[in-house]
Amino acid sequence: MFDFLSDYDDPSLLGAFWVTVQLTVFSAIGSLIWGTLLAAMRVSPVPLMRGFGTAYVNIVRNIPLTVIIVFTSLGLADIFGVTMGAPDDFELKYFRLAVLGLVAYTAAFVCEAIRSGINTVPVGQAEAARALGLSFSQVLRLVVLPQAFRSVIGPLANVLIALTKNTTVAATIGVAEAALLMKEMIENEAQTLLIGAVFAFGFVVLTLPTGLILNWLSKRLAVKR
Amino acid sequence: MTSVLYDAPGPKAKRRNLIFSVVFFVLLALVLWWVWQVLDDKGQLEWSLWKPFTTADAWTTYLLPGLADTLKAASLAMVIALPLGAVLGIARMSDHRWVRVPAGAVVEFFRAIPVLLLMLFANEFFARSTGVSSADRPLYAVVTGLVLYNASVLAEVVRAGILALPKGQSEAAQAIGLRKSQTMSSILLPQAVTVMLPAIVSQLVVIVKDTALGGVMLGFTELLNSRGTLAANYANVIPSFIVVAVIFIVLNFILTSFASWLEGRLRRSKRGTGAVLGVEDVDDLNAAEVGGTHGAGAEK
Amino acid sequence: MKLRKVTAASAAVFALALTATACGGDDSDSGSSSSGGGEKIKIGIKYDQPGLGLKEPDGSFSGFDVDVATYVAKELGYEPNQIEWVETKSADRENALSRGDVKIIAATYSITDERKEKVDFAGPYLLAHQDLLVKSDSDITEATDLNDKKLCSVTGSTSAQNVKKDFAPKAQLSERGGYSECLSALQTGQVDALTTDDSILAGYAAQDQYKGKFKLAGLKLSNENYGIGVKKGDTETVNKVNDALEKMVSDGSWQKAVDENFGPANYKNEKAPEIGQIVQ
Repeated sequence: MFDFLSDYDDPSLLGAFWVTVQLTVFSAIGSLIWGTLLAAMRVSPVPLMRGFGTAYVNIVRNIPLTVIIVFTSLGLADIFGVTMGAPDDFELKYFRLAVLGLVAYTAAFVCEAIRSGINTVPVGQAEAARALGLSFSQVLRLVVLPQAFRSVIGPLANVLIALTKNTTVAATIGVAEAALLMKEMIENEAQTLLIGAVFAFGFVVLTLPTGLILNWLSKRLAVKR
Repeated sequence: MTSVLYDAPGPKAKRRNLIFSVVFFVLLALVLWWVWQVLDDKGQLEWSLWKPFTTADAWTTYLLPGLADTLKAASLAMVIALPLGAVLGIARMSDHRWVRVPAGAVVEFFRAIPVLLLMLFANEFFARSTGVSSADRPLYAVVTGLVLYNASVLAEVVRAGILALPKGQSEAAQAIGLRKSQTMSSILLPQAVTVMLPAIVSQLVVIVKDTALGGVMLGFTELLNSRGTLAANYANVIPSFIVVAVIFIVLNFILTSFASWLEGRLRRSKRGTGAVLGVEDVDDLNAAEVGGTHGAGAEK
Repeated sequence: MKLRKVTAASAAVFALALTATACGGDDSDSGSSSSGGGEKIKIGIKYDQPGLGLKEPDGSFSGFDVDVATYVAKELGYEPNQIEWVETKSADRENALSRGDVKIIAATYSITDERKEKVDFAGPYLLAHQDLLVKSDSDITEATDLNDKKLCSVTGSTSAQNVKKDFAPKAQLSERGGYSECLSALQTGQVDALTTDDSILAGYAAQDQYKGKFKLAGLKLSNENYGIGVKKGDTETVNKVNDALEKMVSDGSWQKAVDENFGPANYKNEKAPEIGQIVQ
C-alpha cells in the first residue's frame, strides 16, 4: 500500500520534511527578530515609526500568505532583481525568498504577541526603570522585553505551530518541501487520500511535540506575580 | 501602557524625535519612489495591463463570482465555527473526564493538520458518503475544513478568555447558588466574549484568507483561483495579484472595523455596570495569542 | 443585561453572514436554471490555458480541447448548450472521473501507464511534445545544452518532474503556480525558458500581449499523447468517443480546430494520431 513512497528518493519523504523543518527554523528566527523590532516601533516615542508599525501589521495580516509568497518571487525576484545572494542557484534562491516571505508575514503576528506581552508587564516596572534614568531603548531591552518574552511563550508557540504548517505555501514558488512532494505524488499516483494521510501524519509529528514542549516551557518560565 | 515606556518628551527629545521622523520618512519615501521607478521601468505600470480592471467583463466573469464564493465559504464557516468553537472550549473545561478528554483531543488534532489537507479529506468524504452534488462539493469541503480547524482554534480562545477571568467571578456565582451551566452562560461567557473579541476577530480574518486554499486543489472558484483564470486571459499576472491583495485587505478591513465598532459598544455598556477585570491587559494578551496562532493560521 | 448585548451582537453577525450567503446562493441558482433544458453532459476542461481550454472574458470557453470536447459531445448526442463545463485541475482529474463529477475530461490529459490504472482513455487525439518557450532572440536550439540553463515550469507538473529526473537534472528549475507566472519570469530574463507541452506553449505565444516576443524552440523532449479521460470500466463511452474522434479527423473538423486554435502561434503540430496508437 505504501510501496509508492520508495519511488521517491530525490527528495525522499524525509528529505522533503527536512526542508520543511529548515524553512520553519530559519523563518522562526527571522520573524522573531523582525517581529520584535516591529513591536518596538509600535511602542516607540516616534509617531511616524508607530504609524509604520501599525500600518505594516494591519496590511500584512490581511493578505493571504500565498499572495505574499508569490510576491517575493514575481515581485522581488523578477521585477526588482533580488537574488538573495544566489542568482545562479535556484534551489537556494527560492528557499531564501520563501523564508523572506514567511518572515514578513509571521513577524506581524509575532509583533502583536510581543506587544500584548509588553502590556502584561506591570506599569511599575517601566516606571521604576525610568526613575533610574534609563532611556527608552534601555527600558525596553533591559526591563520590559525580558519579562514580556516570558509571558508570551504560549502565544509564540501557537505562532510557531502555524508557521510550521504555513511553510507548505512555499511550494507555490517551487521550494521542494513536503507539500511540493505531496503535489508530485498526487499528480503521479492518483491516490489522493492515502498520500494526504501520510503527509497529515508528518505534520502532526512535527507540530504536536512543539506545542506540548513550549506549553510546558511557558508554564515553567511564567513570571510569578 | 506604551506611554509608560518613555517620559513625556522635553525640548531636546522633541527635536530628536523630529529628526528620527524626518529620516524615517525620507527613507520610506525613497524606497517607495524606487519601487515605483522599477515597476515603471519593467513596464508593469503600462495601461494595457491595468485596463482590463476597468472593463465590466473582468469583474462579472472572474472577480465578482470569485468574491461571491469567497464570501459564501467564509460566512458559512464563521457561522458554524463560532458556536462549535464555544462548545468545544467549554467542553474542554468540563468537570467530567469523558467530556474533557475527547474535546481536548479533537482540538489538538485539528490544530495540528494543515487546513488544505482537512479540505482534501472532507472532499473525499462528501464524495464517498453523501449525495452532495459535484457542483456544491468544493464549497462543502472548504467550509468543513475551515470549520474543523477554526472551531478548534476558537475553542482555545474561548477557554483562554474564561480562564483569564478573576476566580472571584465563578466563586461569587456559586455563592449565590447558581448552577454550573448558569454560571457559564450568565456570568463567565458574556464577560469572556467581550474580552476575547479582538482574538475572535483575528480568527475570522484567518477564515476569510484561508478560503483561498480551496482553490489550490479542489477547484473551488474563490477569488485567488479566479485571478488565475483572469491572468491567463489578460496576461497581467502582477497587476492581478495586486488587485486581489487589495480586495482582501479591504474585505478584512471592513470586518475588523465592524468588530472594533462592536467592541466599543460592548465596552461602553460594560462601564455602566462596573468593570470587573483588568480588561486592557487580558484583552490584549488574548488578542495576540490568537492573532498569532491562528492568524498565521493555516495557509497551506 | 450584558448577555443580551452579546446575543444581539452575535445575532447581527449571524444575520450579516446569512445575507452574504443568500446573495451568493441566488447567483448560482439563477446561473444553473437559465441554461436548463434537456439532459446535460459534464465535461472537464482547463480554464486557464489559452489555445486549449480558456474561460473568456464574456464567460464562453475556447481552445482546442474545448472544440474536441464539443465535437465529441455532439456525437454522443449532446448539443453545445447541453454541455456543462467543469474546471478540472491537473491533480483532481482522476478523482473527478472516478467520483462521476464529470463524464469525460479533455484537459491536456496525457495518457500514461499510472493513470491508465485509474481511468480509461479514449484517443489519443493530439500528439504533443514537451518543448521550450524562449525569447524570440534566444539561441537555444538543442536539448543538449539545457543543463546550464534556467528553466521554469508549473509546480509538481509532469514537465517539471521530467526536467528534474531526465532532461536536465543539473539545470536550475523554478517551479511556479502557473504558466502565467513563468512567462513573467521569462519576460524579465529571470529564466531562459519555460518548459511544458508545446501545445500549451503555443497558446501563450499566440496571445496578443506576448505576440512576437517568444518562440518555440522545437525540441520534442517527450511524447505526450493527449487522450480523453473516461471513468474506469466505461468501455461503452470509450468506444463512442473513439468513434467520434475518428469521425472528427476524417471529416476535416480536427484539422479545422487545429488551424483555428494553434494557427496564430505558428505551431507545427503532429498529424492526427490513430486511435489507440500511443507514441512512447
